[in-house]
Amino acid sequence: MSRIFRFFIAIALVSGVLLYAISSLNSEQGYSGENTLTIYNWGDYIDADLINRFEKETGMKVIYETFDSNEAMMTKIKQGGTHYDIAIPSEYMIDKMRKEKLLVQLDHSKLPNLKYIDKRFMDLPFDPKNHFSVPYFWGTVGITYNPKMLNGKEIDSWSDLWDPELKNQILLVDGAREVIGMGLNSLGYSLNDTDKGHLLEAKNKLDSLTPNVKAIVGDEIRLLLENQEAAVGLVWSGVASEIMAENEDLEYVVPKEGSNLWFDNMVIPKTAKNVDGAHQFINYMLDPKIAAQNTEYVSYSTPNKAALQYLPKEMVEDERFYPSSELTEKLEVYENLGKENLAYYNELFLQFKMHRK
Amino acid sequence: MYDFKGFTLDWYKELFQDTRLLIIVLNTIVVALLAALISTMIGVLGALAIHMARKRNTKNALLSLNNVLIVSPDVIIGASFLILFTMAGIKLGFYSVLLSHIAFCIPIVVLMVLPKLSEMSPSLIDAARDLGASGWDVFSKVIIPYISPGIFAGFFMALTYSFDDFAVTFFVTGNGFSTLSVEIYSLARRGISLHINALSALLFLFTMLLVVVYYFISKRNKPNGMGVGK
Amino acid sequence: MENKLTRSLYAVPYLLWIILFVVAPILLVLYYSFFNIEGQLSLSNYEKFFTPVYLKMIFSSFWYAFLITAISLAVAYPAAYLLTKTTHKQLWLLLIITPSWINLLLKAYAFLGIFGTYGAANNFLEMVGIGSKQILFTDFSFVFVSVYIFIPFMILPIFNSLNDLNPTLLDAANDLGASRWTTFRRVIFPLTIDGVKSGCQVVFIPALSLFMLTRLIAGNRVITLGTAIEQHFLVTEDWGMGSMISVFLMITMVLIMMLTGSRKRGA
Repeated sequence: MSRIFRFFIAIALVSGVLLYAISSLNSEQGYSGENTLTIYNWGDYIDADLINRFEKETGMKVIYETFDSNEAMMTKIKQGGTHYDIAIPSEYMIDKMRKEKLLVQLDHSKLPNLKYIDKRFMDLPFDPKNHFSVPYFWGTVGITYNPKMLNGKEIDSWSDLWDPELKNQILLVDGAREVIGMGLNSLGYSLNDTDKGHLLEAKNKLDSLTPNVKAIVGDEIRLLLENQEAAVGLVWSGVASEIMAENEDLEYVVPKEGSNLWFDNMVIPKTAKNVDGAHQFINYMLDPKIAAQNTEYVSYSTPNKAALQYLPKEMVEDERFYPSSELTEKLEVYENLGKENLAYYNELFLQFKMHRK
Repeated sequence: MYDFKGFTLDWYKELFQDTRLLIIVLNTIVVALLAALISTMIGVLGALAIHMARKRNTKNALLSLNNVLIVSPDVIIGASFLILFTMAGIKLGFYSVLLSHIAFCIPIVVLMVLPKLSEMSPSLIDAARDLGASGWDVFSKVIIPYISPGIFAGFFMALTYSFDDFAVTFFVTGNGFSTLSVEIYSLARRGISLHINALSALLFLFTMLLVVVYYFISKRNKPNGMGVGK
Repeated sequence: MENKLTRSLYAVPYLLWIILFVVAPILLVLYYSFFNIEGQLSLSNYEKFFTPVYLKMIFSSFWYAFLITAISLAVAYPAAYLLTKTTHKQLWLLLIITPSWINLLLKAYAFLGIFGTYGAANNFLEMVGIGSKQILFTDFSFVFVSVYIFIPFMILPIFNSLNDLNPTLLDAANDLGASRWTTFRRVIFPLTIDGVKSGCQVVFIPALSLFMLTRLIAGNRVITLGTAIEQHFLVTEDWGMGSMISVFLMITMVLIMMLTGSRKRGA
């Protein structure tokens, strides 16, 4: 036989051995058993230690799958094919999923620990009475900046970004709602404005920001700001807290004109098979001590009021990440604006991107 | 990144204790190997079919259809495969991922094999036939050895495609099956931890080693080949 | 003995693949492209496509795909030629391919570090006295990284054609008094044209629908059709418009294939 046939046979044999190894590993770990709970979450967005503990306490085996965007996650849940028991989408997705009947209504009697959640974060417009979701982490959208790179200049509002001194110093996240929202906020309009005139005005205002914008990037904004690639970034507070843990020079501020308040939430999708187990898991994650440990690991802000006492003081008292209720009053949660309006936001955002060239 | 604190092997220690990650790595390798293997076989047959097509229009039509998957962005391939699989009732997981990887690797194999086929002089086949070779003999003893560089090229490119794919895999995977790419991309929002980098470095060195070992073994065996081993 | 049917039996798996994984998705995409964002049947996607925003996008997609292909070819051809001259040429070839098995995202992140303001590239520029420059988020870095990613795809087919070149042909040309340049132009290049063509196809076609890198390396300064499709599928959830652009890409690809394919017959 010629070389190529021998080569192919070798590859087939190696694959066979590997397949055998995988299946024995899977059954050893219990992933192929019956008593499982499938969690669909962002990568590295939970303390793995807590999952192990949950498995030990309940005897369930947790299968942990990950996604990288809300929209992609929704497509997967809509099409079915996998029995996701728990998913953790952002708030604007909850409204959409609720309306498309992709969520199972929660049985509050099985969630006694729900009482620990701060009342500020319950019963919000995207899910009245929390019929379908429980907040997991929350945060704001704001500006992170490096005073050292700006000769000690301080920033506390959106309009500060238009300062010509910041030429080629700003990184924006690649999100239509966030960037157009910044334009709207700086003009004093609501983040949920759908008036085409106002939106166009915001877009024109953004166009004038162009000389200051160095790049519009995705998750890599974290790395770029840490590396001092630019002095200023429009980011989510979660990202900011991580960057600041790496590079202490950086500051984070929620602009005084107002900004966005966001939530990631635990839900039970329609695809769930182990609805009881899912309730158990949600309740477990709401336990103050568990929530505190998870918060220390993830380093985002927890909505669990009772968990705060178990967290380090300097973390909880940091106004930047646990803003007072006066400030949160001023912040707006994204509403689901409907497909057509959202498309218009994206259209404008695209034009803004193209304007730079 | 710049306040580099020195070298440590901790990341590597952590790696070996993580069974979930180990399964993911093995999944990635198996899918890539099998996808490359099967797509190479189908792709070679496909390239032959295109090469043998008598009418120019048939040839062009086949080639265009062949390239559709290369020109389509992964998101579209992934989404449409997902719809197809759920319509056909195929359970999402290992087989759906393998099938889609085979699917998007085939065109690249065809494109790698075709130039070798068209370089091959037709008189070679005629000569073999005149000497009484059967169809299978012509295929396995004349054509295959001649185009084997193209076949290897196709195989390795298919491996590349399969290792690198994120979007298609993401859409068609499910039921706990995951590959390294899916894992890495989903980590982006929270920052890619150093142990993923450690893992990739390890895998990279390992493949390099394999490649070198394979090369020298096949070199040594070469004289034993029955003349056709090219 | 061997009738036509059994002789074409070998093509069955491939044709099955074409029907299941190519024709079926094309029909699906075509079907979606006639729905607007509200889910109604309409031609609005096709109208929207011919507005300045999208026309500009088409232009830049083609321009960058062309640049990437041309530069890849310019680098890959000599590289492949040199490779054929080394002793362990197959090994070197494999060693060129293996880095492409590292995850694209990890490689892109590495380039963010290298090209950054305080990265290795700028350190080097400082050292030679040119001084620090903005490299990241420029056309240069975008094209550079894209070429880096695509180059193995270009080298492989060219290497394969060069490697099979009959050395006696070169000697003959030499004996007949051809200069090295004439030998290349009249003998080597025409004989390796199939490899070059297939290399260009496997680079140009995917480069048209490149996305990821436009954001990571070019900071969204480069917007291509691939970026737009990704946005429409994953952000706006306007699958109709996304499908429409993809239909356009397919038609373009067919046209390119026809253009490059027809010349072949003349030879």
